[in-house]
Amino acid sequence: MLKQTIAMTALGLRSVPERWGPSLVIIVGLAGVVAVFTALLAMAEGFRSTLESAGRADVALVLRGGSSAELNSGLSRDQGEIIKQAPGVLTGPDGRPLASAEMIVIAELFKTGEQTGSNITVRGVEPAAFALRPQLRIVEGRGFQPGLRELIVGKGITGQFQGVAIGETLRMRGSDWTVVGSFQSGDAYESELWTDVEVAQTTFNRRGYSSVRLALDGAAGLQTVTDGLAADPRVNVDVETEQQYYSGQTRQFRATIGILAGVVTAIMALGATFAALNTMYAAVGARTREIATLRALGFGGTPVVLSVMIESLLLALAGGVVGAVLAFVLFNNMAVSTLGSNFTQVVFRFAVTPELVQRGLVIALAIGMVGGLLPAVRAARLPVTAALRAA
Amino acid sequence: MSEAMIRVRDVHKSYVRGRQQVEVLHGLTLDIPNGDFVALMGPSGSGKTTLLNLVGGLDRPTSGQIEVAGVRIDQLGSGQLARWRARNVGFVFQFYNLMPVLTAERNVELPLLLTGLSAAQRRKSVAVALEVVGLTDRARHKPKELSGGQEQRVAIARALVSDPTVLICDEPTGDLDRRTADEILGLLQVLNREHGKTIVMVTHDPKAAEFARRTLHLEKGQLLEQAA
Ligand SMILES: Nc1ncnc2c1ncn2[C@@H]1O[C@H](COP(=O)(O)OP(=O)(O)OP(=O)(O)O)[C@@H](O)[C@H]1O
Ligand SMILES: [Mg+2]
Repeated sequence: MLKQTIAMTALGLRSVPERWGPSLVIIVGLAGVVAVFTALLAMAEGFRSTLESAGRADVALVLRGGSSAELNSGLSRDQGEIIKQAPGVLTGPDGRPLASAEMIVIAELFKTGEQTGSNITVRGVEPAAFALRPQLRIVEGRGFQPGLRELIVGKGITGQFQGVAIGETLRMRGSDWTVVGSFQSGDAYESELWTDVEVAQTTFNRRGYSSVRLALDGAAGLQTVTDGLAADPRVNVDVETEQQYYSGQTRQFRATIGILAGVVTAIMALGATFAALNTMYAAVGARTREIATLRALGFGGTPVVLSVMIESLLLALAGGVVGAVLAFVLFNNMAVSTLGSNFTQVVFRFAVTPELVQRGLVIALAIGMVGGLLPAVRAARLPVTAALRAA
Repeated sequence: MSEAMIRVRDVHKSYVRGRQQVEVLHGLTLDIPNGDFVALMGPSGSGKTTLLNLVGGLDRPTSGQIEVAGVRIDQLGSGQLARWRARNVGFVFQFYNLMPVLTAERNVELPLLLTGLSAAQRRKSVAVALEVVGLTDRARHKPKELSGGQEQRVAIARALVSDPTVLICDEPTGDLDRRTADEILGLLQVLNREHGKTIVMVTHDPKAAEFARRTLHLEKGQLLEQAA
């Protein structure tokens, strides 16, 4: 039986070159399905890892109660001070709470060679902001000077937008800023412009903050901060870890992409399944006499089914691999920027992970299986005498 | 006639064509002794191929009995029938039916894949079969590189290689010129006389029938007189 199956499969595969056309249909069809599926999920994956890695579990993000995003939140200067003094916050080397009250505004920047602007987050931070984000490094130039209209630019923005090279002057909301450095952090902050919070407040004529970040004192820190602030009538805030916040921000987008990937893949998979069916029916048809002859010699029906299935699966696998390679070559690490849920640009990279490739291949194999099964059964059911006559 | 190799008893065979049933063989009875070489002649559509397929175990009769080498093949299931064919029958077709992607020796080897023989044993049997048909020097050629006569020799080697008791040949020379046909028929004669194979051969060619020990005439699903 094994020998029969191997012999029949080998016969089928060796005649594939004579039927390149239909065989290519399977390969190309499934390459398309797997490439699209992998690319869409790679986008979701890249977006997720970019935004999620931004969040630290040991840093609390405090927003005004009921404001789901940093951009919607507003805290007065006094409230900012009260929040920093909350219990459960680590003390910095200067003896003050390790905390950064920050303010964000949206500025319109122009991509190189484009006329329409994109919304970019400008973040005013306090000196402790850097201690709260150890992953952030100045990679070029220097940090901004407190008190001066100086900016540092995230790596995700450098190269993509006009006026953000070091030494250039960037005009935002009617004021001129000097770009003095660029930084890298491997997460969503890379899509931001940073400056001194005091300068930002005076320049943009804002008095309060958007949020306060607190370094939590141990595992119980979050609870202590939450309870402490809840008990204080002067503030009404939401407290969560930075990680929870970012994960929450991307949930919607990830769900959307997941559904999109599902729908698009399902439609394409349906098409590819019919293409595979068609191809394998043609393959079986072209080999009618060959199969009938083997049956006459005494080959069983099961090896016929198996050999057709194996051929279909191998073609599907080839298509899947081509698709995965295509997705990897074309999309992996491709940087794209998109609208985050708070209407700011987030720059992230497609991540074609081994898990995604594996899922794509499983889909390809499933389609190959379905596409091969019916033709295989038909090939095995064909009466030998009729098939010999037809030839 | 002591022991018949092939015993056909009151065999009916009908096909369903569209909505109606067409009977092709009407109660056919026939004995073919061991070591016989029978030529089966008759007009087109008389049921020659149908009879051959029944005797070769490719199909089952609608009613009646068929016994080959002591086995009631009309009672076998399709899986059993396939295994029975592999051991007992060699088929030779009009258009050779070789696998185009395989060399001559690989084609001849095919029936042996259904046996428990080792690769070395298979190689030996293939060499012997190719030698019998005189094609040892063409073992590595693909069908495309062979003449029609040579292709049919390969097909005969394939039919022989598992040493079956019966050879079933449906117009084996129908696609060959006179000289080549005579060579193939001479080969079949040798297989019958020297190797003791029982051969049933359908042919339209009276000259081909002369190579057989006797000729049966089939007309409208019934046998006419048996010529000696
Ligand atoms: N699978 C089938 N389904 C329906 N009718 C069939 C089938 N096989 C054979 N027949 C019919 O049975 C009759 C006998 O066919 P068969 O092939 O046995 O004739 P034959 O004597 O071999 O003819 P030829 O000399 O042309 O090969 C024909 O009328 C044919 O059309
Ligand atoms: Mg016929």
